[in-house]
Amino acid sequence: MSEVKKIATRVSYGNALTELAEEFPDLVVLDADLAAATQTGIFKKAYPDRHIDCGIAECNMVGIAAGLAATGKIPFVSSFAMFAAGRAFEQVRNSVGYPKLNVKIGATHAGISVGEDGASHQCNEDIALMRTIPGMVVLNPSDDVEAKAAVRAALEHDGPVYCRFGRLAAPVINDRPDYKFELGKGVVLREGKDVAIVATGLEVSFALEAAEKLAADGIDAKVINIHTIKPLDEDLIVAAAKETGKVVTVEEHSVIGGLGSAVCDVLCAKAPTPVLKIGMQDMFGESGPAVALLEKYKLDGNGIYEQVKDWLK
Amino acid sequence: MNKLELQKTANEVRKGIVTAVHSAKAGHPGGSLSAADIFTYLYFEEMNIDPNDPKKPDRDRFVLSKGHTAPGLYSTLAQRGYFPVEDLKGLRHLGCYLQGHPDMKHIPGVDMSSGSLGQGISAAVGMALSAKLSGDSYRVYTLLGDGEIQEGQVWEASMFAGARKLDNLVVIVDNNGLQIDGKIEDVCSPYPIDKKFEAFNFHVINVDAHDFDALAAAFNEAKATKGQPTAIIAHSTKGKGVSYMENNAGWHGKAPNDEEYATAMADLEKVGEALCQK
Repeated sequence: MSEVKKIATRVSYGNALTELAEEFPDLVVLDADLAAATQTGIFKKAYPDRHIDCGIAECNMVGIAAGLAATGKIPFVSSFAMFAAGRAFEQVRNSVGYPKLNVKIGATHAGISVGEDGASHQCNEDIALMRTIPGMVVLNPSDDVEAKAAVRAALEHDGPVYCRFGRLAAPVINDRPDYKFELGKGVVLREGKDVAIVATGLEVSFALEAAEKLAADGIDAKVINIHTIKPLDEDLIVAAAKETGKVVTVEEHSVIGGLGSAVCDVLCAKAPTPVLKIGMQDMFGESGPAVALLEKYKLDGNGIYEQVKDWLK
Repeated sequence: MNKLELQKTANEVRKGIVTAVHSAKAGHPGGSLSAADIFTYLYFEEMNIDPNDPKKPDRDRFVLSKGHTAPGLYSTLAQRGYFPVEDLKGLRHLGCYLQGHPDMKHIPGVDMSSGSLGQGISAAVGMALSAKLSGDSYRVYTLLGDGEIQEGQVWEASMFAGARKLDNLVVIVDNNGLQIDGKIEDVCSPYPIDKKFEAFNFHVINVDAHDFDALAAAFNEAKATKGQPTAIIAHSTKGKGVSYMENNAGWHGKAPNDEEYATAMADLEKVGEALCQK
């Protein structure tokens, strides 16, 4: 594989906010003393008057965002996924979700690729939490191009949106002229008839890598990128299941309640199909370099390849 | 409105509260009644609002952070003309828009959904911040329970409001001294409430929650206060106006039965008649 450009989607997030600031004059960005880490610092530098640091108080920050949205602003609330979706879950549910306010949540440092900070900061539960909230849109972009498109889509959508971003630099895989982000639409990145690998976020590039390895073994894998976990592209998933008869889901998230569960929910009802859920099993992560953690928990290209190969035996 | 008219209106608001909760066979009369005069003052005297245009952009905002006292807010909104007083009997009934806790999506005049304690004040702070960011002149009012201020989020919001010098924000604490499990000082004392808000850089005013002259003075003082938000600590009587409910924590979240309802309405009728003699 030739050397590809790598950019962490949190950086894409900070850049996208800044690039879209003029087009969306009502956009304001909130952070809770993590602007340097979430990369909203980029926005802060360009638009200091539209960046509000709420201090280390995420629950209050979400409430403030609700008040801003109720009075016509479009707030983007930023923190680590652990705190935005975890700590402030009930505020997101009751102060944002229930009144369906136009609040966007930019959650960075999701998944185990947070790395050295360890399990306390590795949020593997945010997708599960956010998708239970009625009306919440859940986005998990796979690279720089998609992350920027997701921020735009979030701003264009009227209602609450949760955007998941990562700390680790991710390969840019969507840098092509015909790339188009459609909220709620999955993207087929590779055709295949033996198995459908449905991946999201950071795992999309690893799924492509795994598909290459499987191909070398004569296994023809279809790869689907699901950037919108809710609303899920049910038609695409059902069609892929019918076409291949076997579905693998891959996410840097717990296998409980995330993409895997969402896919199973659809397939149970519409096209019962065996599904292998690859993700964090029912366990906490640990400290270590992100790349090493992804390898240990079999969430890199090789890990996915091995698990799929084993499952298909 | 003059003082007598406000008193008469507040008495009608109280009748609506008791009627709504009786009809719902559930709800929170105690804290609704303790705040009835505050609700009345805000909607009939203080706030720039228009019942015929509930969403007008330059209106003052009100967030009922102690959302369980929705009957008090709804009864006031009905009296003010946002919706028919008759609708109060639909409170908490299946299919009725008057939800158990404030719902901004379906109830005219409700500026923010609330009910989970500690969250409303943050939304109010966000609204006040929003006005500052846009250079708008509307003011934001939020009513908290004295038990509610045990929630840590209240102090996160207060720290932010004080730090940001949000002088367009008025936080009112309905200090009736009782919460579900008993006296607030016995459960987990939030006292001294005034000194806490002072420490968070608020201008603090202690006031008798049932004295309209005092309320007028307090809200005028809040309006004249620049460079810091105001906290009005409103010393009230839980269950105010209904003899057997007054100062009784048991009436925090319980509906009167038919007999008790009749007694409550008789109490309030008596107050109303006395006011008419004035």
